[in-house]
Amino acid sequence: MNLLDYFRKSRHSSASIAKERLQILVAHERAARNKPDYLPKLQKELLEVIRKYVQVDLDAISVTMEQDDKREVLELNIVLPDDRERKPVQQF
Amino acid sequence: MARIIVVTSGKGGVGKTTTSAAIAMGLAKKGHRTAVIDFDVGLRNLDLIMGCERRVVYDFVNVINEEASINQALIRDKRSENLFILPASQTRDKDSLTKEGVGRVLGALSETFDYVVCDSPAGIEKGATLAMYYADDAIIVTNPEVSSVRDSDRMLGILASKSRRAETAAEPIKEYLLLTRYSPERVRLGEMLSVNDVQEILSLHLLGVIPDSKAVLNASNAGTPVILDDKSDAGQAYADVVARYLGEEVPHRFIEFQKRTLFGRLFGG
Ligand SMILES: Nc1ncnc2c1ncn2[C@@H]1O[C@H](COP(=O)(O)OP(=O)(O)OP(=O)(O)O)[C@@H](O)[C@H]1O
Ligand SMILES: [Mg+2]
Repeated sequence: MNLLDYFRKSRHSSASIAKERLQILVAHERAARNKPDYLPKLQKELLEVIRKYVQVDLDAISVTMEQDDKREVLELNIVLPDDRERKPVQQF
Repeated sequence: MARIIVVTSGKGGVGKTTTSAAIAMGLAKKGHRTAVIDFDVGLRNLDLIMGCERRVVYDFVNVINEEASINQALIRDKRSENLFILPASQTRDKDSLTKEGVGRVLGALSETFDYVVCDSPAGIEKGATLAMYYADDAIIVTNPEVSSVRDSDRMLGILASKSRRAETAAEPIKEYLLLTRYSPERVRLGEMLSVNDVQEILSLHLLGVIPDSKAVLNASNAGTPVILDDKSDAGQAYADVVARYLGEEVPHRFIEFQKRTLFGRLFGG
């Protein structure tokens, strides 16, 4: 590749924009494909339970499933509100 | 036992039928008994590309419905005695295909052929999912363009989950990437995704790269699979693809931009 080619193929070429967009999209779609289809429902029901005790936002929860050869990991992430906003919760 | 090859893409118009015709002819020319089936029920075109459109009497759906025997419906190619074409029906719709019926026909063909090439329709509906269901090998035809690459990845997901091999937990379908309508010059200018770009995104075994070529339209005009035009770039690229599929080690060609020399310009090289 000569110098001229190098400048032509700069990171701003339309092909490199296409590649970048595709890499993000394909990774996203593959992740969605490997999720079991009960995840959205599981997420909704978990949120209902949690909201009985803590006033969390509707989007404060994320459920992800990761897989490797040996095991599957179900990761549950809940963002709790600041102390000030937290309403008293019964101890259990 | 035949090996069943599906030629698929998701996206339409990327070169599946061109590829099916070329590969089937290439396998037959190498001495393998080969059948090529048009799964595009309602929009048959393989017969035209193979140049046997005036010899169609019975079709795939007739065989599935037991209105004709396989031998009545198969059209023997005039150029290779090893090659047979099973055309799609032009008057029915894709719902005429059933999993059981397709399985029965492929099972019968498997007894007498070495390879069965399934030319998939575009999309992810019945014709396309049944074309891939029984496959042993899948050739994913992709153009170096965003929507085609995305659709190819989608098809990989379906192959991995909705095929017979996936459902029976057998050895997975062998997947190959065939990049078609490639323009080394536009890649050099940064206008088109390169082979490496596409491979990096799809991480598939590269079966070959078919250049964007005038020879393809000429071949379809004449009803001759382009692989028979052995002077053309696309014809040679498809011949390489067949050799590679059969396990030969053939270096990739037509990937680098070749400046035409004065000599080449004068003599059309
Ligand atoms: N390598 C190539 N160079 C130039 N033109 C090509 C090439 N491959 C295919 N074409 C052209 O692209 C068009 C579509 O090709 P083809 O019918 O093989 O695609 P397809 O994937 O089977 O389409 P469909 O999804 O409709 O079944 C045709 O006009 C064909 O001549
Ligand atoms: Mg087609």
